[in-house]
Amino acid sequence: MSTLKRPLFDPSIVRRAVWDSFAKLDPRHMVRNPVMFVVLIGSLLTTLVLARDIAAGQSGIGFTLQITLWLWFTVLFANFAEAMAEGRGKAQADTLRKSRIQTSAKRLANPRDRAAFESVPAERLRKGDVVVCTPGDMIPGDGEVIDGVASVDESAITGESAPVIRESGGDRSAVTGGTKVLSDFLVIRITANPGETFLDRMISLVEGARRQKTPNEIALIILLSGLTIIFLFAVVTLQPFAIYSGGSVSIPILVSLLVCLIPTTIGGLLSAIGIAGMDRMIQHNVIAMSGRAVEAAGDVNTLLLDKTGTVTLGNRQAVEFVPAPGVTREFLADRAQLASLPDETPEGRSIVVLAKQFGLRARTLTEGIAMELVAFSAMTRMSGINAGGLQVRKGAADAVGRWVRDQGGETPAEVTSTVERIAREGGTPLVVAEREDGRPRVLGVIYLKDVVKGGMKERFDQLRAMGIRTVMITGDNQLTAAAIAAEAGVDDFLAEATPEDKMSLIKREQGGGRLVAMTGDGTNDAPALAQADVAVAMNTGTQAAKEAGNLIDLDSNPTKLIEVVEIGKQLLITRGALTTFSIANDVAKYFAIIPAMFVATYPALQALNIMRLHSAQSAILASVIFNALIIIALIPLALRGVRWRPAPATAILRRNLWIYGVGGIIVPFAGIKLIDLLLVLARLV
Amino acid sequence: MTANGWLQILFFAGVVLAITKPVGVYIVRVYDGSLRWLAPLERVIYRLCGVDPEEDQHWTRYAAGLLLFSAVSMLVTYVALRLQGSLPLNPFTRVGVPDRQAFETAASFTTNTDWQSYAGETTMSYLSQMMQLAFHNFTSAACGVAAAVALARGIARRSGGKIGNFWVDLVRGTLYLFLPFSIPLALLFVQQGTIQNFAHYVTVTTVEGVKQVLAMGPVASQSAIKQLGTNGGGFFNANAAHPFESPTPWTNFLSVFAIFVIPAGLTYFYGRMVKNQKHGWALWAAMFVLFAGGVTTAYWAEARGNPIHAARGVDVVASAGNPGGNMEGKEVRFGIANSALYATVTTDASCGAVNSMHDSFTSIGGLVPLVNIQLGELIFGGVGSGLYGMIVMAVLTVFIAGLMVGRTPEYLGKKIQSREVRMAMLYVLIFPAVILTFTALSAVSPHGLAGRNNAGPHGLSEILYAFSSTAGNNGSAFAGLTGSTAYYNTLLGLATLFGRFAMMVPMLALAGFLSERKIAPESAGTFPVTTPLFVVLLLGVIVIVGALTFFPALALGPVVEHLLMGAGKLF
Repeated sequence: MSTLKRPLFDPSIVRRAVWDSFAKLDPRHMVRNPVMFVVLIGSLLTTLVLARDIAAGQSGIGFTLQITLWLWFTVLFANFAEAMAEGRGKAQADTLRKSRIQTSAKRLANPRDRAAFESVPAERLRKGDVVVCTPGDMIPGDGEVIDGVASVDESAITGESAPVIRESGGDRSAVTGGTKVLSDFLVIRITANPGETFLDRMISLVEGARRQKTPNEIALIILLSGLTIIFLFAVVTLQPFAIYSGGSVSIPILVSLLVCLIPTTIGGLLSAIGIAGMDRMIQHNVIAMSGRAVEAAGDVNTLLLDKTGTVTLGNRQAVEFVPAPGVTREFLADRAQLASLPDETPEGRSIVVLAKQFGLRARTLTEGIAMELVAFSAMTRMSGINAGGLQVRKGAADAVGRWVRDQGGETPAEVTSTVERIAREGGTPLVVAEREDGRPRVLGVIYLKDVVKGGMKERFDQLRAMGIRTVMITGDNQLTAAAIAAEAGVDDFLAEATPEDKMSLIKREQGGGRLVAMTGDGTNDAPALAQADVAVAMNTGTQAAKEAGNLIDLDSNPTKLIEVVEIGKQLLITRGALTTFSIANDVAKYFAIIPAMFVATYPALQALNIMRLHSAQSAILASVIFNALIIIALIPLALRGVRWRPAPATAILRRNLWIYGVGGIIVPFAGIKLIDLLLVLARLV
Repeated sequence: MTANGWLQILFFAGVVLAITKPVGVYIVRVYDGSLRWLAPLERVIYRLCGVDPEEDQHWTRYAAGLLLFSAVSMLVTYVALRLQGSLPLNPFTRVGVPDRQAFETAASFTTNTDWQSYAGETTMSYLSQMMQLAFHNFTSAACGVAAAVALARGIARRSGGKIGNFWVDLVRGTLYLFLPFSIPLALLFVQQGTIQNFAHYVTVTTVEGVKQVLAMGPVASQSAIKQLGTNGGGFFNANAAHPFESPTPWTNFLSVFAIFVIPAGLTYFYGRMVKNQKHGWALWAAMFVLFAGGVTTAYWAEARGNPIHAARGVDVVASAGNPGGNMEGKEVRFGIANSALYATVTTDASCGAVNSMHDSFTSIGGLVPLVNIQLGELIFGGVGSGLYGMIVMAVLTVFIAGLMVGRTPEYLGKKIQSREVRMAMLYVLIFPAVILTFTALSAVSPHGLAGRNNAGPHGLSEILYAFSSTAGNNGSAFAGLTGSTAYYNTLLGLATLFGRFAMMVPMLALAGFLSERKIAPESAGTFPVTTPLFVVLLLGVIVIVGALTFFPALALGPVVEHLLMGAGKLF
């Protein structure tokens, strides 16, 4: 997907949005938004009165005409706001659609025979079909790699130009339709029918085609509808009161008062705010599978953060060799390097690199005597080599200790205390041992250290101030986990975490009324992802993980969970700020319209005209115009979201209350007065 | 305004503050069942009524119980008033109350309104006063508190819709709260000289040589509960201005103080229930600010008097021998400060007892009681209804402003979503709908217009006040309106019923829904409901959502009247 930031008012989007604002006048669409539907009815009513006045040949219809026009503008401006928000998504969807070009697939009859394929159009592939892709081929649909390893260009989806590796088995086996194989080959079992693929889902999500209202949005609409009904009573009963007082109010003026009082500002911008919230996620390369997830992100109480990649830099690094008594540091370094040769993990490589500082150049596997590699296994939890009579092992302290003990040796007390010290300090101790000529001995300890990412402590402090608890999840033991947790500044940690532990932690938090957010990529994360309230699945993750998550991070960057929370909060703050602003506006509008309505009956009411508006007509017209223009003026705010900094609720509230509450009372006084002056200047009243 | 006047008002405020906690703690013990000294009596009542006191009722059952009890007791009162002539304890052979008036009176007392379109001393037999009206004074108050307690339970616990047992709350409220509080108060009244007898009316010759009939009756017992239960229905037509009901400054103080005792205590009770005492005090503070604003405005307006009088050379400045200000419709014994205080308190709380005639206040002085009622009777408010009204406003405040902290709104750990908002909106919607619709109808129909005592904006104020007072279950009158016509009896009676039950049921639904919600723990990210900022917000929502609805109507009533008074025109 295109990650390029669009300007807020992209001309092509604006053009489309203008047309859409008219198309959205369809009552079937308007009725979904009760506040604006009332404005629509009011506009129709006023138009009828205008038509009647024209037919009757009445003079002085200029005022009614202007009111009518501005009422229609109010409706159109609200539609325009929604269309603008949708337009940005639609433009992104168009970019995505381009990658869904017609392609043909090489379908295999027999998955084992890569040579015998038939070419079929991609749209005829069904779930369960097996295809082969060779360099240059577009992957025809979502699927699971069942054979082969290849580099894949996923830039069409993620915007990331560097190719990624996809291979069978493990957590990197999921491929997405519309991406391109660059090298080698992949045999893929298709897992989604055409029209149901990730790309299709993404397109419909960013387009907002199947956008459903979120729980908070529904509640807010109920509140706004309730207020609308209350003001409907206030305005409709005004006519009898006016008649009692010996006057009467014309329908256009009653409609004007109603439209000014009902919360049109928030009513008109509400859906734009929601769509823009999802859009902001997309700007961060996160796809929200539902608006509900974005909303829930703002509510999160507990963040579960995987240590690796989120709290710490991806990999641990060897920083020190601590020899056992009677062993030189150089000897330990040599043996450690030897034992790490088969270890392709970043940790393994960092040991080789550290050993080089002792003058040991990297050896290749073919050098010297034939070596037998002993790969790491979950059973032994060790790796190493066998070379003739020499066996070298490195691994977790208890595993290596057992290996030495089984051969009749023992771990020196100094080594044990070193292991404990390193663990306490948050490092990972790897014990190195050898057996030469049947004599086992422990050589010493490699100090692997986790490097905490820069700036994380400050972010966790901010989160804490916002009332969000951070829990670090790690497979490390208690001591190691505690030390890293302290260094990184997280609130809590879960050490030696199994998927079951993670699941029960989530359930415990939720049982206490908290909302939990987490990230995950592996298949074994899927149950926890499904349980969590906000679950960000990595795009590089397995299909199962992606299906269990309600947000997908195309950059596969676990740290982004924090940004997701911030976007969620921003969405809710924007909604609240504009609601407050909208309701606070009513004070000024009352002072403009009520004296204007009745000044003919009771000239004394002129005293309430504290803005000293020119005339009754100018006051009413200015209020209606202000009410319409404020919608347009706030579109950028609705689309971009209210600016905010992480802070405790009290501080955020105080700030927003000043801007949108107090500001909401003052701004319309100034705005209406200004419009009134302009109307007089332009001789429109 | 005088220092003496302010001192009396401050003394009143200080005493209300002082009793809030002890009364609150006592109410907690009433409703959590830990007070048991009347347990045998309770058991007998439950057995006789076939109530299982252990049952925890779903909100629908709770509401059904409350409605059933109210409907049956209202019907009994209606029949008893109609048949008054054939019933005992009727020394002056009062005849049956006319149909519509009996309906209105029954509705009005059942709903804790006590709007009276009759004069007690010339309409009601002693039996009707004591068995019917006083009965409702106890039970309607107990119903109100029960409903508030149920809401507090719904918020405080997670119980899947269960909010307590209505019958137990009703019985315990009456036995442990209203009876024990009323008896000493009635005795204090008697000690001060309030009459309490079954004597025949006394005919005396006044100093002017005119024969006057002095009404008698069991007044003290009646007036204690009508104040404590925020009922307000007077034994006499003159209500608390009558010297046989309130003979001394102390009875005046006690009677105005009694109005706030339970509503103030309930805020503390609520804080204790939801384990957030500071929030209870925040609600108290919001109520107090509105009270202080009201009493200051009313006192200022009344002490200032009518500028037109001043312009004609009437001395309106207070001095040792002259109360100054606007004394029309006020008891000379009580003066301006105590009348303004009484008028504010009785309309803050939905009491409606009066010691002066609000109709005779200056336009701004009269605006205060009217606005107090229209804010929703939540400034300490009616017993129970004040607290639940304020809680509904707090829920709306949290919902409107709560989003601004970046979380979906939570009130005391409970998420506020569409079901809750729907019920809260229904609650706040019914009130203006009833008042405005009925007032508008009356403002243009011949039946409605016939009842006015004054023309022009003051006449509109009279109608508006009547429907605000009845829908708000206040019961005080802007005395000018003649409410004893069939038209007004019917409409005002309906307004009391809508204003009570059509609001109570959504509120109980809200209680039920909230009790189904999980309780989220408080954190730094939670919308604060204990700070001065919250109090300001709450006041903002009450004023904007509550009062702005009535602004157009008020502008054409008291506001324009005030402006015209400035221009030298009176009504």
